[in-house]
Amino acid sequence: MANDNKSVSLQEKMEKNIWLLLIILAISLSVGGLVEIVPLFTMKNTMEHNAAPELLWQRQPGQTLHDHKPGDGMRPYTSLELAGRDIYLKEGCYTCHSQMVRPFRDEKERYGHYSLASESMYDHPFQWGSKRTGPDFARLGGKYSDDWHRKHLRAPRSVVPESVMPNYPWLKDNMIEGKDMASRFKAMRLVGVPYTDEDIATANAELAGKTEEDAMVAYLQVLGTMATLDENKVYRQ
Amino acid sequence: MDAAAEQKYNFDVVRWFTVMAVVYLVVGALVGVYIAAELAWPVLNFDSPYITFGRLRPLHTNAVIFAFGGCALMATSYYSVQRTCGVRLWSDKLAWFVFIGWNLIIVSAVVTLPLGITSGKEYAELEWPIDLAIAVVWLAYSFNFIMTLATRKSSHIYVSNWFFLGMMVMITYLHVVNSLAIPVDLFRSYSVFSGVQDAMVQWWWGHNAVGFYLTAGFLGIMYYFVPKQAGRPVYSYRLSVIHFWALMFGYVWLGAHHLQYTALPDWTGSLGAAVSLAMIIPSWGGAVNGMMTLSGAWDKLRTDYVLRFMIMSLAFYAMSTFEGPVMSLKTVNALSHYTDWTVGHVHSGALGWVAMVAIGAIYHLMVRTFHTEMWSTKLINAHFWTATIGAVIYVVAMWVSGIMQGLMWRAYDEYGTLAYTFAESVEAMHPYYAMRAIGGAIFLLGAVMMLINILMTVAKASSEGSLQQARTAAATA
Repeated sequence: MANDNKSVSLQEKMEKNIWLLLIILAISLSVGGLVEIVPLFTMKNTMEHNAAPELLWQRQPGQTLHDHKPGDGMRPYTSLELAGRDIYLKEGCYTCHSQMVRPFRDEKERYGHYSLASESMYDHPFQWGSKRTGPDFARLGGKYSDDWHRKHLRAPRSVVPESVMPNYPWLKDNMIEGKDMASRFKAMRLVGVPYTDEDIATANAELAGKTEEDAMVAYLQVLGTMATLDENKVYRQ
Repeated sequence: MDAAAEQKYNFDVVRWFTVMAVVYLVVGALVGVYIAAELAWPVLNFDSPYITFGRLRPLHTNAVIFAFGGCALMATSYYSVQRTCGVRLWSDKLAWFVFIGWNLIIVSAVVTLPLGITSGKEYAELEWPIDLAIAVVWLAYSFNFIMTLATRKSSHIYVSNWFFLGMMVMITYLHVVNSLAIPVDLFRSYSVFSGVQDAMVQWWWGHNAVGFYLTAGFLGIMYYFVPKQAGRPVYSYRLSVIHFWALMFGYVWLGAHHLQYTALPDWTGSLGAAVSLAMIIPSWGGAVNGMMTLSGAWDKLRTDYVLRFMIMSLAFYAMSTFEGPVMSLKTVNALSHYTDWTVGHVHSGALGWVAMVAIGAIYHLMVRTFHTEMWSTKLINAHFWTATIGAVIYVVAMWVSGIMQGLMWRAYDEYGTLAYTFAESVEAMHPYYAMRAIGGAIFLLGAVMMLINILMTVAKASSEGSLQQARTAAATA
């Protein structure tokens, strides 16, 4: 805004010189984004695990992703979970479901502990969502049985009569084309998810005989269960 | 009939963009009405993967924003830049490349989104090969526009062109950064950002697509077409300078207000909210400047249906740019976030402001570029009322359902436990979801009337030979 009131002549010059106008515009338009986005990459306190390292799984050499127990800390998704997540994206679940619990009393009682930034550190892209036509999923894992999820995915109104969710009967019939899971892991590793060579080597084999429904249930059941959150700890100011 | 203008300027590409904008308005609104009906009556999903709400909703947003909005912006900007500069488009070939390229991108969106090929980022779902094509076509569109300005005959660059330029620069930034991804294959890629950083980049894109594409771009439309249609100069030059720079500098900061109370650091959300509040001033600056352009000529609203669209759009613009800052207040946002209120707010901007100002400009363009009167004035009037009533029903339904949802989610009973299950809040939405679908259907009916009127006008211009005459008549000017 420095450039508007100061002098009429700058405005006059810009109105006569398209290149000057373009340059001033390009500068004015970049400020807000730079100020709000760049610090998120550089400031340590953006990610809670910098102050609370127990949020992150300390993986020992030789351990597979399946050696992780719920609560051990954030880890990359397994092959089946990532396949499920990709189906979650494909079906556009984020258009109706959020994955971000806010620090309010009612949300705590309805969903659980508020979400931390570290909990979506391996989510490329993030799936916080913007709309709750259906409930939040950030703490969904373990709330219902696998069987409940299968029934619900095939015919939501058979278990929740008020639901407006579409039926997803095709998920149980579609086998996962698992042959490119290794490439998906490699792409994820390129953007910073710490998959090991062993993870990549076994990625395809783990999907043998699995359906899209199996993958979806595996993904839904892991949401919010990786890290143990301490009720009495203040993670965010 | 203006033979001189027809022969001097490139109106062909403008005509094509204009007609296609109306086609996409009907398509985009139709998909919108259908998915609205799916939420009211889920049986309409018919157990088919290709038409579920989750897959069609991205198609709806992409169709209305990029297909309808894009064609409307390209038609109006390419028309007004020629008229305000007094020169033909810099390159006819590049203009046709943009027209064909943009439409191919739209076709690829219509094919890939129902198939579930998506990057999973809201309002930026198209996969990376299409993203690349968008970048190329967008730069070609901008380059042609800028070069036309560079070769202009007029001494000053007219205000509408400032807004179009701001949009072009900012959308280039946003699209490139937000779409950065590592491809797995042709149909799949993963965003280079994750979690909280991805969220901030996404909403920096998301809100500025609103701020620059749907606001700055359409203010560009307003600054050319409202004064033209009213036959009066812009009310205040000074106001336009101030609100232009305030909007350009300030709007960029707003994205963070979509992430209040999330895992985004508090300073970012609060900063976004503070600047959001300040944005009411430049926003209303634009609305006042548009409305006051009519001062002394209000009687024209009685007879000029096209002008009615424009004034109604400015009223909606003023309303939704007041509502937006209110919703960015933390206490209000705590209630409104995740609810239908957001959807209602978006649609008061989209149906009320974006669509109506574009519709007004399109009717104006039809008359000027086909060198004939509209086929039916009565139909324009009917369109005006269906569009207005449809938008109001839609927005009111979402206000009620949104606030109700928010209140039900946080309600406690006398024992201090949550008063409602989530399912009960879903059930309570049903009448409003039905009402929203009806409001949308009324708006769609108006859009269909417009398409009929437009196509009949094209046919009329052809049978009268008005276009042919304009092309061949000896220029009088």
